[in-house]
Amino acid sequence: MTPSPLVPTGGATVRAVNDEFHGDLLEVSMGPHHPSTHGVFRMVVTLDGERITKLKPVLGYLHRNHEKIGESTSYLGSMPYTDRLDYLNAMTNNWAYALAVERLGGLSVPERAEYLRVILAELSRLQNHVCLAGFLLQDTGASGTPLMYAFREREKILDLFEALSGSRMMCNFQRFGGCRTDASPAWLAQVAALVGGFGRFLDEFEELITGNEILMARTQGVGVLKGPAAVAAGITGPMLRAAGVGYDIRKVDGYGLYPRFTFRVPIGAHGDTYDRYMIRILEMRESIGILEQALRDIPAGPIMDPKAKLRGFRPKPGESYGRIEGPKGEIGFYLISDGSANPYRYRVRPPSFVNLTVLEDLCLGHTIADSVVILGSIDIVLGEVDR
Amino acid sequence: MLGSGLLQGLGVTAKNLVGSFHDPKRLTTVEYPEQKTKLPEAYRNFPFLVSESAEDPMGTLRCVACQICEKECPPQCIFIEKSKDKKPDATGKMQIYPAVFLIDSSVCMNCQICVEVCPFDAIKMDHEYEIATTERFNALLLDREALAKPNSYFHEIRPEEAAEVDGRLAAERKAAEEKAKAAALAKASAAAKPAAPPSAVPPKAEPPKPSASA
Amino acid sequence: MTAPINPADSLLERAPQALRDLVTSHFPQPWRWFANGLLADVAILAVFGLLFAALTLAERKILGRVQNRPGPNRTGPFGLLQPIADGIKMLSKEDIVPRDADHLLHFLAPVTLLASAIMAFAVIPYGRNLVPVDLDAGVLYFFCVGATTELAVFMAGWSSHNKYSLLAAMRALAQLISYELPLLLSWVPVVMISGTLSTTGIVAAQSGWRWGWMPTWHVFTPWGLAGFIIFMVSALAESNRSPFDLPEAESELIAGHLTEYSGCKYVFFFMAEYFGMTALSGMAVTLFLGGWHAPLPALEFIPSYAWFGIKLISLLMGFIWIRATFPRLRMDQLTRFAWKFLVPLALINLATAAFWSLSFGWSGPMLAARCGVALVLVIVPFVLLGRRLTAGLAPRSYAYAT
Repeated sequence: MTPSPLVPTGGATVRAVNDEFHGDLLEVSMGPHHPSTHGVFRMVVTLDGERITKLKPVLGYLHRNHEKIGESTSYLGSMPYTDRLDYLNAMTNNWAYALAVERLGGLSVPERAEYLRVILAELSRLQNHVCLAGFLLQDTGASGTPLMYAFREREKILDLFEALSGSRMMCNFQRFGGCRTDASPAWLAQVAALVGGFGRFLDEFEELITGNEILMARTQGVGVLKGPAAVAAGITGPMLRAAGVGYDIRKVDGYGLYPRFTFRVPIGAHGDTYDRYMIRILEMRESIGILEQALRDIPAGPIMDPKAKLRGFRPKPGESYGRIEGPKGEIGFYLISDGSANPYRYRVRPPSFVNLTVLEDLCLGHTIADSVVILGSIDIVLGEVDR
Repeated sequence: MLGSGLLQGLGVTAKNLVGSFHDPKRLTTVEYPEQKTKLPEAYRNFPFLVSESAEDPMGTLRCVACQICEKECPPQCIFIEKSKDKKPDATGKMQIYPAVFLIDSSVCMNCQICVEVCPFDAIKMDHEYEIATTERFNALLLDREALAKPNSYFHEIRPEEAAEVDGRLAAERKAAEEKAKAAALAKASAAAKPAAPPSAVPPKAEPPKPSASA
Repeated sequence: MTAPINPADSLLERAPQALRDLVTSHFPQPWRWFANGLLADVAILAVFGLLFAALTLAERKILGRVQNRPGPNRTGPFGLLQPIADGIKMLSKEDIVPRDADHLLHFLAPVTLLASAIMAFAVIPYGRNLVPVDLDAGVLYFFCVGATTELAVFMAGWSSHNKYSLLAAMRALAQLISYELPLLLSWVPVVMISGTLSTTGIVAAQSGWRWGWMPTWHVFTPWGLAGFIIFMVSALAESNRSPFDLPEAESELIAGHLTEYSGCKYVFFFMAEYFGMTALSGMAVTLFLGGWHAPLPALEFIPSYAWFGIKLISLLMGFIWIRATFPRLRMDQLTRFAWKFLVPLALINLATAAFWSLSFGWSGPMLAARCGVALVLVIVPFVLLGRRLTAGLAPRSYAYAT
């Protein structure tokens, strides 16, 4: 391995590989602290000029032993920890975990609580997707403007979460057999006001950027993921639908009360970054429709299963898997009970992590600038990837 | 035509630039140290211990050191030591009390599970969020003196919940008094008829209810 | 026809020269030219230094407002002291040079960049009789000095011994050299029409009024408008501004060639970027926007340097507006945009200008024909080349699964 005269030598930071290639390759370690890796994620990128010839993701900087902690605390004690998996979507994480435990313990959920869950999950989807759009556009180099617009709207949703659950992001709201607190009519009216204005915000956001030629040039045809490859890799969520596969767990499982709602599932034809961006915008529009229906139909009634008790929850031995369509994809919890107060096995199926597995395939042959945009379009949260 | 999307975007940013000067919906910034948002009642931060009176917080803590919160706390940030003696609580009943009650606020994750499991309404979530300190260890380990806040403060930050709690406690107190009266009557009648058992165990309706001194 | 006061004689108009003469009259005659030059230097550094400070604040304020937040407002009233606070912070920071860096080049890069940016101010006519150096080939000088930027940015990226910096240096070379060409080609028509390379000559060629009210600025001709747009797009790229801020690409290359710079050297780069932007805008005003001439005869009472300042600041605000709106291009798209779009357009624009020059004597209905032909020569290539450039890119419609 002889250092090339074209690459500065003398430090350990630059390594020239001159064996198999005509040109010199540059190995760049992007991350774990890099402005665009969405947390402590590292990509070891081998570059030929600016083209990526190899990309090795390095994970685990944020590993917090989530699953093992889940096996050593009570079922209830894990609930606040699920907030911290995908910390943008505490509400849907809570729901998926509650669903798994409810199946394990044979609990039912009152109708009002189910409606509340749908409302909160769709609000969560709105704020996740709007965040993603902001982050993705920030990664393409828009100097913060779309991101700030997105955060302005997200803040309103977080205020609603705070008014209901006490915390903006670490909601810890769902309980086994229902929800923790009931929503007041005033709160529901606030949600209705927000939902009424969200469509107009989306229109303005799209006017700002969707037709922008630079954005189209940066994202169309970049990071193409086709349907069969996506299915083979276990991709779920908007990324799978952008690849042209109409798979939505809300439709497939019909968990909660989703069969009662009418909504459509947008699918992309190209599977590139632009599709992944647009699918999320379109999903937000569908979510607005679901929220309107839910706010119209929400009944009065109890919000907890009377059988459910907060302390001393010991399900019968058995196993269960609860999954929902989280904003990022299939978020699932697999639990095995041995009859004690703690789960025997506690396993998370994190959509971010599974979706991240195709990163190298998407990036190969594209430039270093594209890798950042592709990573942004996958929509990862490192709290969930590393757990 | 090339550039139409760009011009559209420029139009939106110009609209926002102008709008931010006259439209409060666009300029939503709250400038924090001077302005503060009104916290919703449900807002939670670190827990505090409710005491009945502001004058003698240590003597009137609602906490009876049952240690349920210590067991249920997911990150295990609560440490309680029971007292050896008993002293009367606000209602005059003899209770053990927490000789030591520590919350490590550097470990606490504000999940509210201690509040939910507490049968005595003795621990509640605070609204205080300006809690930065320059000292990492002792200043973050809150003892019962630092944690105790009077019921009036609870009313101030969470009026609805506090009113509900007070009503429930008053009802319980009344029930306990009536039961004590009934027990005293029963005792008196038992003294008259020595065959009867000395005291009846109260029905196990609610675990928190401490048995009236028999 | 009564002419009350010749605008050139008004007190405000003559104030700068009067002030200069007042100061330099104390010097002996043989040294007066030197004192004049020195004074011009001081004035340029003071005015543009202050403009730089105000511009950083204005940029942050405008970005803030566009993004629906107030922007810096903690230092002084409305945050007016923010540039001073920033300056104190940057100057008191430790100057860190990486161990493996080439210390000499690492030091020289910001100095070269700033020096060349300041030198470019020498030939711009800021007002009537207000040009520091009236060179016969002033425009040529301006762009020669501007070309030093490439060298300095590459020096910075190379000497830092950082992989991000190296990538940025390569990007900067490709970008700056690519955009040098349309930049140069875009002002050639101006020289063709004005018949001079002197900046004062070009401004003089844009004096006077058509029909008594319409300024004869170059931007109001078809070829001038096209040239102006090409010039400004290239100027965006030459001064590394969004959407062409690839060498500095924050989301990809941390800070590109500036990654290993801190403290005073970083300020130099920052200053040079704003100076370069200001100088290029000043040149655009000179070449296309009539220099210091007023836009209407009735407004000539406002001094000429004020008109120059107004035009300059509006162009700079345009830079900021664009930065607030657009995402960044990719390297290959950037060069493609230069070579396949801007360069052909600039070359066609040469032909348009030649036609305009040849048809100088046309009048009456032929004047309309002249304008029509020139407009067609500008618009048709723009549409055709734009279509080629954006082939395959379009907003999409989406299907829904059942």
